[in-house]
Amino acid sequence: MTAPRLRILTAFALLLAGTAAHAQDTIKVGEIASLTGKEATFGQSSHKGTLLAIEHLNAAGGVLGKRFELVTEDNQSKAGESATAARKLLSRDKAVALLGEVASSRSLEIAPVAQAAKIPMVSPASTNPKVTETGNYIFRVCFIDPFQGTVMAKFALKRGWKKVATLTSVSSAYSVGLGKFFKETYTAGGGTIPAEQKYAEGDKDFHAQLTAIKSAGADAVFVPGYYNEAALISKQARELGLTVPLFGGDGWESSSLLDIGGAAVDGIFFSTHYSPDDAAPVVQNFVKAYKARWGGETPDAMAALGYDSALVLADALKRAGTTDAAKLRDALAATKDFPGVTGKTSIDAQRNATKAAAIFTVKNSKFVFVESIAP
Amino acid sequence: MTEFLQQLVNGLSLGAIYALIALGYTMVYGVLRFINFAHSEVFMVGAMIAWKLGQYLPNGTLWGGLVVLAAAMAGCAVLGVTIERLVYRPLRGTATLNVLITAIGVSLLLQSVFQHPRVFGATPQLFPAVFPSKNFTFGGLAISSNQLVVITVAALLIVVLQLVIFRTRMGRAMRAVALNPSAAQLVGVNLNAVISFTFALGSALAGAGGVLYALNYPSVEPLMGVMPGLKAFVAAVLGGIGSIPGAALGGLILGTIETLVGGSATLSTYKDAIAFAVLIFILLCRPTGLLGRAATEKV
Repeated sequence: MTAPRLRILTAFALLLAGTAAHAQDTIKVGEIASLTGKEATFGQSSHKGTLLAIEHLNAAGGVLGKRFELVTEDNQSKAGESATAARKLLSRDKAVALLGEVASSRSLEIAPVAQAAKIPMVSPASTNPKVTETGNYIFRVCFIDPFQGTVMAKFALKRGWKKVATLTSVSSAYSVGLGKFFKETYTAGGGTIPAEQKYAEGDKDFHAQLTAIKSAGADAVFVPGYYNEAALISKQARELGLTVPLFGGDGWESSSLLDIGGAAVDGIFFSTHYSPDDAAPVVQNFVKAYKARWGGETPDAMAALGYDSALVLADALKRAGTTDAAKLRDALAATKDFPGVTGKTSIDAQRNATKAAAIFTVKNSKFVFVESIAP
Repeated sequence: MTEFLQQLVNGLSLGAIYALIALGYTMVYGVLRFINFAHSEVFMVGAMIAWKLGQYLPNGTLWGGLVVLAAAMAGCAVLGVTIERLVYRPLRGTATLNVLITAIGVSLLLQSVFQHPRVFGATPQLFPAVFPSKNFTFGGLAISSNQLVVITVAALLIVVLQLVIFRTRMGRAMRAVALNPSAAQLVGVNLNAVISFTFALGSALAGAGGVLYALNYPSVEPLMGVMPGLKAFVAAVLGGIGSIPGAALGGLILGTIETLVGGSATLSTYKDAIAFAVLIFILLCRPTGLLGRAATEKV
């Protein structure tokens, strides 16, 4: 081999080594969120929470001597986009783990991709049981629908509501799941369900279903959907003279519910993951940091869960001592009593988090904490 | 019985909106023989104009509401004419398929432009209550003032449209173009003016539909036109595309079926499926739609 050629080869080898070393300077974490579209406020909140956590972690020197790099993909709240985004993050960016999504339907798109690639995925807020049932690489930092449906059923019985009609979305895994577990616990507890009405996501007209519910005669209506529909449903129920309380799950917690629902959402109830009014220092520090970072905005549950999802992942990375996917998975599965913003988080055998739920109501267009219900 | 009547009222107010949008489809089809798929985005733009204006005008007054409605209709008329002038006119005379695909392109373009954060963004926004709102009850029958406004405005606009087409010179010119464009030109009808006028009128109705829709379902977003647009297209075909009373009838039928099915305990999941199944059934029995007649009196 002649000298010039050797030199070129050496240079090339050095260049290769250089890029390889550069690629390992950071730990790439993929995030899939609905930054735009129908559930954009959820995606934005969880993204802001996640980003804040990554910034805090990097400010503290990162993990394993490396800084985090968050690569975010927007799925526009559309079906079908999340799986593509997950493939992109895994093949193009070589992400060591995936964070996302809020909506269960979209997490169910990401989970099979992550499981097939054997890369850990942590969903911040998808509460449908099926998400983690996909495989042993899929985790979540929130409670699940059986728990949320059960809590709301217990809540309804406690309030003395004997007849609760349900209005569920047929096209959302979240809504169907909550409705199912609510019905099980509620009817087992002696309640009756006089009407079971359905709608599809994106519907704007609920007069038909609400009219049927009104004539069936109910003490309250359980609407396990997302805030956009919930606000319109509340408005139209009041228009039709249906004045009984409406209540739902964590999908209702959004400032848009108050904006769109206006006076019609006064007196509704919903369960959620955390309260920014919690006096615990970990919560108050988070609220302060979040407000400072995002122009005074108060973090909602999605922001808190987004924050926790990144911290739980970082904690597991620290304990695993490597970015190796299998070891990281084992470390995630061993998470116990992690002091998150949304409560002490432990991962159970089904890779779900166990922690308490908070019940909120709306008074004069403000969210007001009612009570906390433990698992 | 009360429940049935209530569902009928609900269906009527939903159907009235479908009818308004369907009129635009049917008019353009009558004159140009093509489906303007950008029509549902004109509907959306109508709601957006009203949304923007509603933030500056005092809400809850009748005159404010009428000003917003008129402005949205005018804005949409201008938009409709502009789309026709810039996009469809250069393609006139080429295969219908070209124009059809271009119409889908315009539709997607408008959706995407409005999803840009600087224009509107993808997040749904609250639509201001531009008309005074009140709920009335008649013996267990609840009717909101918004529903009344929707039904009244829709009925008025349909009557006005019918007068324009059958009682004015421009209306006669439109009917002439619908019958035979070349012959109409031979007797001195200005084809471009007639087509522009048709687009202006159809788009203004879509704009009104957008405002009324947003009034009843007060959250607006760039994709809000897709479903109502599709349903209205179905309504137009159902009633007989090209026929104006047909579009109105089709809208009312579709709205009523959808509401009645949606309110039943077992079938509510399938309300769209059943509404569209009815369409298929009617078209199998009457391929020209309920009031459609082959090549006569199209406008």
